[in-house]
Amino acid sequence: MTAHEQFGEDLALHALGALDGSERAALEKHLNECVDCRRELEQLRGDMALLALSASGPKPPQRARQRLLTAIAEEPERIQTATTKRSWWRTFEWVAAVAALAVVVLLVRQNSDLRRNIASVQARMLHQQAELARAKEVADLFTAPETQQVTLIAAKTPPQPQGKTFYLRNRGQLIFLANNLPPLPPDKIYELWLIPKVGAPLPAGLFRPDAHGSATVVNPPLPAGVEAKTFAVTLEPESGSHEAPRGQAVMAGIGE
Amino acid sequence: MVGLSSVSSNVMDDARLVVRIRTGDEQAMAQLYDRYSPIVYSVALRVLGDTGGAEDVMQDVFMQLWRNPAAFDSSRGSVPAWLAVVARNRAIDAIRKRRPADDIADTIVSVEPDLVGETERARAVDKVRGTLGGMPAAQRKALEMAFFGGLTHSEIAEKTGEPLGTIKTRIRSGLLALRKAMNG
Repeated sequence: MTAHEQFGEDLALHALGALDGSERAALEKHLNECVDCRRELEQLRGDMALLALSASGPKPPQRARQRLLTAIAEEPERIQTATTKRSWWRTFEWVAAVAALAVVVLLVRQNSDLRRNIASVQARMLHQQAELARAKEVADLFTAPETQQVTLIAAKTPPQPQGKTFYLRNRGQLIFLANNLPPLPPDKIYELWLIPKVGAPLPAGLFRPDAHGSATVVNPPLPAGVEAKTFAVTLEPESGSHEAPRGQAVMAGIGE
Repeated sequence: MVGLSSVSSNVMDDARLVVRIRTGDEQAMAQLYDRYSPIVYSVALRVLGDTGGAEDVMQDVFMQLWRNPAAFDSSRGSVPAWLAVVARNRAIDAIRKRRPADDIADTIVSVEPDLVGETERARAVDKVRGTLGGMPAAQRKALEMAFFGGLTHSEIAEKTGEPLGTIKTRIRSGLLALRKAMNG
């Protein structure tokens, strides 16, 4: 027997309708929650049916058959598909089954959502790694000493100093590339300046050109968020000019 | 002795009859009545002790089935066992002059083995009577007072002067003894 042993005797009484008072209320409360005890109750009712068999006695009178058939014939035609009032225990089972199914569906959905989130995060991470790798490749290309640089200009034009800035304002990041710079005079150095739309110019790095007149400045210390009007290069004393450009202007941005 | 094929065919017949009753087949209802009215009538008569009352209960039980045939769940019990329990409950309601305590659809009866077929039922009756006869008189009386008399355990304890716990134990062990006799 799988029913709860402590309810065994009360179940037998309940099957017979012989349980009353608070014991009946307590058992019915338990039956709402216990499938095993409900099954045992059904079995006990089956045992009751066996008791009923012991009552076999005289046959019913003949007239009873005709009485029933007449009553049936006089019954209004019923809807053939009429459904019965379901046992509320069985309704409870259905409700419990539907609730359990809903929980399973919810968990499966949550699990699926989590998997999608993980996949999305992984995809974003891979994408960012790829972008970082590409940025590093670009930076390496610009900054590697062995990179071969060729500037093309109109034929028969004498080479002019040129510079190019790549500035990302919100990060305060800057790459500056220059070529055709004249060799530095003794005790002098080139200095790059960020000319903001508002306020004084900001020093953006000291640099010396190589033998080919090329130079780069990568990510000089700059505050983030400064809106640049343009950039300029000046020729300054070797220690640089930390407050404002004082020396000769070599290049200035044309506001691209 | 009736073979398994006969038992199966009776089960099938009962199931088919109930299906036909659901479609409003009066002939099917008549067949079911012919098959099981003796059981229903006997139970009601044993409880009520009066033929007129037993006939009324029998009429009521079969009319309930006719009006609401879906109340019997053929997947969860045999027709005669279900009818016997419903008849007993209706007869007890009649004794107590109360409205039916339960909807017939709430009466789920699980019984093994099947009681279809007159041979099986006759054999079951022999076993049940033998088991009841072999019980201590006090236990048989407690069972009968509960089943045929419709008394609560408190009422039985009061009438017999036995402790409540003793009545509970006797009734339960009596029902389990019947189950064991049928399954053994």
